[in-house]
Amino acid sequence: MKHATPLLDQLESGPWPSFVSDLKQEAEKRAKNAEKTEFQIPQDAVEDLLGILELSYQDGTTHWKHGGIVGVFGYGGGVIGRYCDQPEKFPGVAHFHTMRVAQPGGKFYTAEYLKSLCDLWDLRGSGITNMHGSTGDIIFLGTTTPQLEEVFYELTHTFNQDLGGSGSNLRTPADCIGQARCEYACYDTQALCFDLTNEYQDELHRPAFPYKFKFKFDGCPNCCVASIARADLSFIGTWKDEIKIDQEAVAAYVGGEFPPNAGAHAGRDWGKFDIQKEVVALCPSECMKYENGKLEINNKECVRCMHCINVMPRALRIGDERGLSLLAGAKAPILDGAQMGSLIVPFLPVEEPYDEIKEVIEGVWDWWMEEGKNRERLGELMKRQGLQKMLEVLNLKPDARHVLEPRSNPYIFWKEDEVEGGWDRDINEYRKHHQR
Amino acid sequence: MAFISSGYDPKDPMKDRITDIGPRKYDEFYPPVIAKNKGKWLYHEILEPGVLVHVAESGDEVYTVRCGGARLMSTSLLREISEIAEKHCGGYLRFTTRNNIEFMVDDKSKVDALKKDLAGRKFAGGSYKFPIGGTGAGITNIVHTQGWIHCHTPATDASGTVKATMDAVFSDFQNMRLPAPLRISMACCLNMCGAVHCSDIAILGYHRKPPMLDHEWLDKMCEIPLAIAACPTGAIKPSKVDLPNGEQVKSVAVNNERCMFCGNCYTMCPSMPLSDKEGDGIVLMAGGKVSNRISMPKFSKVVVGFLPNETPRWPKMTETIKRMVEAYAADARKYERLGEWAERIGWERFFEKCEIEFTHHLIDDFRDPAYYTWRQSSQFKF
Repeated sequence: MKHATPLLDQLESGPWPSFVSDLKQEAEKRAKNAEKTEFQIPQDAVEDLLGILELSYQDGTTHWKHGGIVGVFGYGGGVIGRYCDQPEKFPGVAHFHTMRVAQPGGKFYTAEYLKSLCDLWDLRGSGITNMHGSTGDIIFLGTTTPQLEEVFYELTHTFNQDLGGSGSNLRTPADCIGQARCEYACYDTQALCFDLTNEYQDELHRPAFPYKFKFKFDGCPNCCVASIARADLSFIGTWKDEIKIDQEAVAAYVGGEFPPNAGAHAGRDWGKFDIQKEVVALCPSECMKYENGKLEINNKECVRCMHCINVMPRALRIGDERGLSLLAGAKAPILDGAQMGSLIVPFLPVEEPYDEIKEVIEGVWDWWMEEGKNRERLGELMKRQGLQKMLEVLNLKPDARHVLEPRSNPYIFWKEDEVEGGWDRDINEYRKHHQR
Repeated sequence: MAFISSGYDPKDPMKDRITDIGPRKYDEFYPPVIAKNKGKWLYHEILEPGVLVHVAESGDEVYTVRCGGARLMSTSLLREISEIAEKHCGGYLRFTTRNNIEFMVDDKSKVDALKKDLAGRKFAGGSYKFPIGGTGAGITNIVHTQGWIHCHTPATDASGTVKATMDAVFSDFQNMRLPAPLRISMACCLNMCGAVHCSDIAILGYHRKPPMLDHEWLDKMCEIPLAIAACPTGAIKPSKVDLPNGEQVKSVAVNNERCMFCGNCYTMCPSMPLSDKEGDGIVLMAGGKVSNRISMPKFSKVVVGFLPNETPRWPKMTETIKRMVEAYAADARKYERLGEWAERIGWERFFEKCEIEFTHHLIDDFRDPAYYTWRQSSQFKF
C-alpha cells in the first residue's frame, strides 16, 4: 500500500463488514490489475482515497473541497464536483467527482446488470460505490472531469440508464418494495414511482426549483422508506373500507400456532400471546374488541396504524378500496428545523395515468416556484404562508382531517369577501350615530 | 493508460445524444417468483433472524436471506454479491432501503446452502462480508451519509462511526430480543442528507466553531450575497477588510454568537471553512420514528449535546448508544418503540435509566417550537 493507515486498520476487526478491508481489497486489485484494465483514472485512486481518509482520522477534519461546476452537457444535476485539498500528496483523488445513477424501483437487480455497471466503473472510475446513497441513487464515487461525459454516454447508449438528480431539482424518487414482495402494500409503489420519475425527467435534470424536491413512495403507513419524514411529497398507501378478518387465523394466533408479529419477537420469551393486551388494548383508536373467540373491528373508527395487521399478518389484511394519502413538506432540519409531512389530500385513488395525482403535484410546484424563496423547501413555504393558503391555492377543501386540533387562538385573518357587506364603510354615516 | 472513447464526441456533444430516459424499469429485474406473484402476497414470516418467507395466493413461496453491508462498496464486493446471486438465486438480488442486501430463493431447500455460503465469507481483516440478520425486533443496518470519505462539510466520519456502532450492537443485528425494531441512523453534519431526525437513535456530526474567514480570497472565490443569504440565522453581513498589505477588500463579517454551525455559508463560499479537530464531534439523538404504528411519527430528541471525535472507534459514543439500547431492552414493553418508552416513563426517567447527564444544551432555544417543549405542568417525576 502506498500509505500507512494505522488508524483505519483498527476498523478492520470486529464482526460488521469493514469498509476499510473492502477498500484495501479494491486497492490491491487495481494495483495488480490481473484483468489488464486500461484504467481511465489513476490506478492508485483507491490507495490515495485510503490515504486521505487516514489523514482525516488523524486531524479530525475533512479534506474534500466543495463542488465546482462540473456535470454533463444539458443537465444541471446528477454529478457532484469534488476535489481534494491535498492534491500533491494524493494525486489519485485530486479530482474525484460523484455521479448519481438512477436506481431501479425496489432496488432489484440482476447480477448481469450489476456486473456490467462494475465493468464500466472499473474502467472509467474508482471502482468505489455507494449502494445506495441516502436519496436512493446508485452512487459512483470518484472520477475525473473528462470521464463524466464518457460515463454518461455509455450509461445512456449501452445501459439504457440515466443519471439521478442533484441540486435544486426533483431528486431521484424512491419507493419501498411494495407489492413486489409485501402483502401490506396498498398500491404499486414501483409503478407510480417509475411513471412520475419519467413524467418529470425535465424537473429532475434541469434545475428550475427554489431548492431540492423529493418524492418518496410508501406502500402502507409502516413507512419503510420514511417518506413522511423525508419527502416534500409523501405518497403513503392506505385504504378506506374494512380490514379483512380471517377468524380461524385469529384463533391460530390466540392458540399459539402462529407466531405473533410474523415472528419478529422470537428472540425473547415474552410469554403466551395475549390478544387483548397486545392487540386490542394497543389500538390507538380503541376500535377493536375480542369477545367469545371473535375479533371485531369498528372500521369506521380505525385510523389504519397497521399495528393489528403487523401483529397478525395471517389473520388481518388491508382493505380493498385502496389508494394513497398525500402528505407534504417533510424535510431534515436545515434551515428552519425538521418538519414532518402534513396531510394535504386524505385519499387519492392510484390509477394510471395518475392524472389526479399529477394535478396536485403540478399545483404544488406552481405555488412553490411562484412564492418560494431561494433555498426554501416546500415545508418552509407552507409554514411561512400557512396550510390554509396551500389548500386554497390547490383548490382543496379544508377538512378536519387536515389538523390534529383546531387553532387555540381566535386570530383569524378574515378576508374581505368572507365578511358580509365587505370592509368599505362610511365614517360620516358612522358618526351620525356615534359622537367623537 | 490510453484514453478510450465511449463514442462521445466532445466537439459535437449533441451528436446521438440520449437524455431523459430515467432509470431502468423495475420489472426487468424481478426474479420470476416475484414477477409471477406481485400484488398477490398473502403473508410473511421471519423464520429466524435474517431469514424471511413470503407466501403468495398461488402457494408460491419466496425465501429471503437478508445481510448487512457497508453501503460504501467496491466493485470487487459487488461482483462477489453478483456471483452469489448467480450461484444460488438465479442471478437476482436486491438492496433494502437500509443498505442491506437481500438474496431470494424460491424453495426452502435452497436456503441452508445460501446461508452457509454467506456466513462463511469474510474479509482479509476478519469481519463478515455478509452477516445475516437485520429483521424484526432487533437492530438493522444503519442508514448514513458520506463523512470524511467524500463530503466537504462533515463534522465526523460516517463509515467509521457506523462500523464502530454496528460492531458494538452486532448481537442485536442477529437477534430479535428487543421490544420493537430499533433504527439507528447517522448523518455527518446537521444538513442531514441521511435524515436522521426521525430515528430511534441518531448519530449526528456537529461543528461547534463558526467559520474562519479567508478575507484575501473571499470576494474572489465567492458570491458574497449568496453567502449572506445562505445563513439561516442572519449572522453574516458584508464588510470591508484591510489586508496586511494595505489593500482594502470586500468580505463578510460573522456574528459568532448567532452561528448555529450549519456550514451552509461554506457550501456557498469555500472561503468560510469551519471544520476543526476540537470543535467537531458527535451529537446523539433518540426517540424518533417514521412508522404510524400505534403512535404517530416522532422526531428524535437531542440526548447528548456533544462527544468528541475519538477516532478510529468513538468509544464514548458507542458506550452511550449501548447504554440506551440496554436500558430500553430491559424496561420497555413489547411493541414499544424507544421514543414511546421514553414518553411513557418520562424523559427525566430516560436520562436516569440510560445514565446520561442532562445539560442546559438539551433545552430547546431555537425559534418558536422551543416553547412547546418546556414542561407546562406540575406533573413530573422525582
